[in-house]
Amino acid sequence: MRTRIRESALPLLVLALLAAAPFLGFGEGWAMTLLARAMILAMAAVSLSFILGGAGLISLGHAAMLGFGAYAVVILDDAGITEAAVVVPVAVAAAASFALLTGAVAIRTSGVHFIMITLAFGQMAFFTAASLAGYGGDDGYTLYSRTSLGGTRWLEDRLVFHYACLGLLVLSLLLCRMLLASRFGRVLRAAKESSLRVRAVGFDPYPYRLVAYGIAGGIAGLAGVMLANATEFVAPSYIAWQRSGDLLFMVILGGVGSLHGAVLGALAFVLVEEWLGHITEHWRLIFGPLLILAVLFLRGGLAGLPAQLLGARNRG
Amino acid sequence: MAEPILELAGLQKRFGGLAVTEDVSLRVAPGGIHAIIGPNGAGKTTLIHQISGTLRPDAGRILFGGRDVTALPLQRRARLGLARSFQITCILPGFTVLENAALAVQARSGSSFRFFRPAASETALNRQAMSALEQVGLAGRATTPAGALSHGEKRQLELAIALAMQPRLLLLDEALAGAGPEETERLVTILRGLKGAYTILLVEHDMQAVFALADRISVLVYGRVIATGEPDAIRGNPEVRAAYLGEDDA
Amino acid sequence: MSTQLLLVQALNGLQFGVLLFLVAAGLTLVFGVMDFINLAHGVQYMLGAYLGASFAAWTGGFWAGLVLALPVALACGLVLEVLVFRHLYDRDHLSQVLATFGVILFLNQALRAIWGTAPLQVPMPELLTGGITLMPGLQYPVYRLAILGAGLATAGLLWLLVERTRVGALVRAGATNAPMVAALGVDIRRLFMLVFGFGAMLAGFAGVMAAPILSVEPGMGDTVLILAFVVIVIGGIGSVRGAFLAALLVGLIETLGRSLMPDLMRLFLAPSPARQAGAAIASMLVYIAMAAILAVRPQGLFPVRTG
Repeated sequence: MRTRIRESALPLLVLALLAAAPFLGFGEGWAMTLLARAMILAMAAVSLSFILGGAGLISLGHAAMLGFGAYAVVILDDAGITEAAVVVPVAVAAAASFALLTGAVAIRTSGVHFIMITLAFGQMAFFTAASLAGYGGDDGYTLYSRTSLGGTRWLEDRLVFHYACLGLLVLSLLLCRMLLASRFGRVLRAAKESSLRVRAVGFDPYPYRLVAYGIAGGIAGLAGVMLANATEFVAPSYIAWQRSGDLLFMVILGGVGSLHGAVLGALAFVLVEEWLGHITEHWRLIFGPLLILAVLFLRGGLAGLPAQLLGARNRG
Repeated sequence: MAEPILELAGLQKRFGGLAVTEDVSLRVAPGGIHAIIGPNGAGKTTLIHQISGTLRPDAGRILFGGRDVTALPLQRRARLGLARSFQITCILPGFTVLENAALAVQARSGSSFRFFRPAASETALNRQAMSALEQVGLAGRATTPAGALSHGEKRQLELAIALAMQPRLLLLDEALAGAGPEETERLVTILRGLKGAYTILLVEHDMQAVFALADRISVLVYGRVIATGEPDAIRGNPEVRAAYLGEDDA
Repeated sequence: MSTQLLLVQALNGLQFGVLLFLVAAGLTLVFGVMDFINLAHGVQYMLGAYLGASFAAWTGGFWAGLVLALPVALACGLVLEVLVFRHLYDRDHLSQVLATFGVILFLNQALRAIWGTAPLQVPMPELLTGGITLMPGLQYPVYRLAILGAGLATAGLLWLLVERTRVGALVRAGATNAPMVAALGVDIRRLFMLVFGFGAMLAGFAGVMAAPILSVEPGMGDTVLILAFVVIVIGGIGSVRGAFLAALLVGLIETLGRSLMPDLMRLFLAPSPARQAGAAIASMLVYIAMAAILAVRPQGLFPVRTG
């Protein structure tokens, strides 16, 4: 019981800080924008962590799911539909369907094939988005307004948007956590450890993995809706394969195997990116090597850092 | 002979030009322990892969409980009640001992497309998993991560997972492999305790254990069954002696 | 669409295909022998193009640029191997993907910092300028034919190397069963470096050759990289023969799709939506083909590894 409290202390603290941030001096426009972006990406990272840590599916095309959500907003906006009650289900369904369709092929393979195939499908989504001349093509599409909630324009309000992002992030965390603990999640986790063992007791891992992939796609699609709303602009660059790499890095940075790690990873990623961006225009010159060093040395991720430090102290 | 639970008819498996399973026909009657022995390179492992469904035979048929399962994959055969243990331990190291067994119980109790309730709180699953652990004497280790078990305990867990499936046939691939003398003794005692409750097909290297446990023995040499019979008959069989003496000089 | 135009597009497709093959060959060998997934391989291609462009500008000639660029591209590849990749061979694929992703971020930015973001122009070698009349009414640039020829020659050379030499035998054996090769007492580290350096140089070579006809700009390696991944997935990972056929296939689909699809769509749609739909479908075509092939053969056309 004590360990459970300690385990959930860090994520609770982080979420509480996010909830309090507008009143702790981060209430200004740019800070709120940054935090919203971090929370939205965290949501996508949580969904990726769900299939990566939970099912061992290393997707390098997850940004495409985000893109499906964002482009659903664009296409509906172009058709004059901005009501969340329509936009959200359509966006989630579109992203989940794309995940199920491409997953049906990708999940038949494993290991490095899976990585490359998800990358390829992600790139397919990217080029397709770039070819949609009616929606701005390469240049992107500017939304006239944010998605409306029951006819109101609440999401235009900075604070409301902040808590909407936070609320959805918490919901995604709870949803993924619940799924992983369920019977369904147990089969997923078991198949990640040993596919042979799972088959030997009578499960075919394929449908479980596929459903998980679809669910993760849906959550990422929802994040895409929020991303489109946060920037009121959508461009193919949102779903470039580098964004998928970023998401993967957030998950690893946070620590595979812990959902809340993905939140930490996403926050750290967005903040470091912003901070380096202030220092130099060529911030990637620093960011790239940081990434390499993190992979080489930070094996448990940020979520594992306290334990790693404690371990070192206890030993030393 | 009663209706066999498992029947192999003319199984053949080649790797390149080499026929590892030349022509194997075998009937396993329900109840009791049937052992398959054979010198190194006899094709025991290849045979067990074909029976369990990890390898497809090139020719021949496999009937399980009267049903042709030749084309069914591992997981479908498992659902029909064919449980196997692995020569190289195959457990879920990150799961607790109890959860390893509970997964097997889960596989035969209703749908696993259930998303809401935590699986760990399903008392029915845990109870049955616990009883499988008790059968192999691992109940005391239920909350230990499986990866932290000793080698012998892992073999016991492997057995418990198979038992938790409540199989109609238990296929044990070198269940004693790599176990020390004490561990072997413990495992043999456990297996003896299972006798009568389960039909067991034992593929084994350890002769002493086989002759102590088995009701019937089949001898596999170069991909063929050269003899099947009760232990005493096998012990006295000149062909079997020749096969083993020629190999081991024992 | 006229026959001439179709032929031109087919030749363009093949020429793009051989460039893809040069990049994919290194990738598939490196993966086959070392079980190492290297996202930064596309960077080698880009590096080749940049080096070729710079040396050509410096020496005032394409050929001198080519001759100077190759060893430098090789050296860069080996430096990366020693600094980064070598520490990743025994890590999981996820770590390899991320660390090499970091290399891409760094190098893309470094090239931007050094050469700026504007595309570089590389002059065609004088010897290969102009066009050649393939059939009445059909002129085709000599340089593109030269790329096709050089690519095919390199492919042939590679085939000889892999199929007919001792090192090639080791590479093939390594692709099927690397631990076995190590157990035979071969210095696997040196073999790795050799394969790696060779792959880097092939990609660099492709980059130099592509420089005069494509715009040399940051990120140019990424597009090629992903298509090269598609190529080796279709061809069967580790198979040079598979990579060759798949590269030509992908090159043809990509090029023909882009030029034919809008016209094809015009059969069903009005001109403007036809252009849009055609472009959208054309950009999906390669990936749909990949999905179709993998749905039938999950291990690709020529799987190397059994089991």
